[in-house]
Amino acid sequence: MQVNIILFGQLTEIAGNAVSVDNVADTDSLVRILHKRYPALADTKYVIAVNKQVVNRNIPLNNNSTVALLPPFSGG
Amino acid sequence: MSNSNLYERYQRQIILSEFGEEGQQKLLKAKVLVIGAGGLGCPVLQYLTAAGIGTIGIVDDDVVALNNLHRQVLYSVNDIGLSKAERAAQILKQLNPEIKIIPYNERLGNQNALMLLDEFHIIIDGTDNFSTRYMINDASVLLNKPLVYGAISQFEGQVSVFNFQQSENDEAANYRDIFPNPPKEDEVLNCAEAGVLGVLPGIIGTMMANETIKLITGIGEPLANQLLTYNALNNQVYQLNLSARKETRSLIPKDEAAFLQMDYAWLCASSVSQSEIDADTFNSLMEKGNVDVIDVREPHEMPLATEFSNIKIPLAQLTDNAGMIKSDTVITFCQTGKRSLQAAKILSGIFGDKKKVYSLRGGIVEWKKQKQAV
Repeated sequence: MQVNIILFGQLTEIAGNAVSVDNVADTDSLVRILHKRYPALADTKYVIAVNKQVVNRNIPLNNNSTVALLPPFSGG
Repeated sequence: MSNSNLYERYQRQIILSEFGEEGQQKLLKAKVLVIGAGGLGCPVLQYLTAAGIGTIGIVDDDVVALNNLHRQVLYSVNDIGLSKAERAAQILKQLNPEIKIIPYNERLGNQNALMLLDEFHIIIDGTDNFSTRYMINDASVLLNKPLVYGAISQFEGQVSVFNFQQSENDEAANYRDIFPNPPKEDEVLNCAEAGVLGVLPGIIGTMMANETIKLITGIGEPLANQLLTYNALNNQVYQLNLSARKETRSLIPKDEAAFLQMDYAWLCASSVSQSEIDADTFNSLMEKGNVDVIDVREPHEMPLATEFSNIKIPLAQLTDNAGMIKSDTVITFCQTGKRSLQAAKILSGIFGDKKKVYSLRGGIVEWKKQKQAV
């Protein structure tokens, strides 16, 4: 099973525009894998959206789930 | 304004069947507060003025600078050094003399925010820092006002409409439903560090004006409970769904008194590296360690600060003795907090981003008072 991740803002400088992760059960595990792969992500603030729904707790992931990582923007 | 004049100015939007004269009347009765007359504020203000919003308030305490002009398209070189709020109001009045435009050349803070926001029907956040953004969000929730939000970084922008209940089944979401707590100082870059393409706030600000007009006239589907992101490099638009969370409410001050007590500047550790902190924050920073506390008073001044270790460098000798400061965090204090704020500014100038410099608000007098109260 594969989960596709798209990144926004400054996160793209850390991990590029898109990455994929295999065999990941839920969002907490995904975050652990990503932080191991891209340590700079752990020091950056972002929110997770699964299939275009913003989530603030651990939820299960399915095959072909799309996960978006969005940082907050302050500029005006 | 006479009806025939009104019809002529707005004729091209009045002939839209969804809009009509009724839509125009709604705009003329609306009162909108635009906070920040910068990159986002300029296009928002231009389009809302042109569209005929009856009353527009403009809050900004900044002045026009040369490096603003690539994106803040209301201003010209002759405006450099002048108040943005006042210049914007003058320029916009020439565009549409029939509406009321009120400049507020002041900084939005806890003390004036609720009073000011309460005068308007819709709030627009075009500010450039997290502390003001969280404050505006919380104030809008407290006052139950729709908040049109926009933010930019480099080539990307975000737009949303907060505190607006689209249907009876949906509870209105706000900014804290996406980002419950403000980022810390080093977790994100600000505009000055990150840079921004000049045309981007033009696009995002215009979308914000569009959302505002939709909210007022009731046409279309505003971005309530949704966050739209736009990428100027590849034209990709990504729209996320938001839900109101139960936990969010506990993060927002429950009433006016609690709102006045919130220290938004500290919550966000704003990117300005000198800022004032209160006694509680002072104590928690001391607990963390790696802090140098500097007493900038003259040697004879009382009361002595014996409760915590500190280095005594009177304000006048600060620049020459800055080398004595070794820790990454520096807190200055004096009797009442005025000289220490000056000292913090001087030290921020010397250390730049290398150290975090804070000034103890209310000085040692207030700190001792707090300690006794505990």
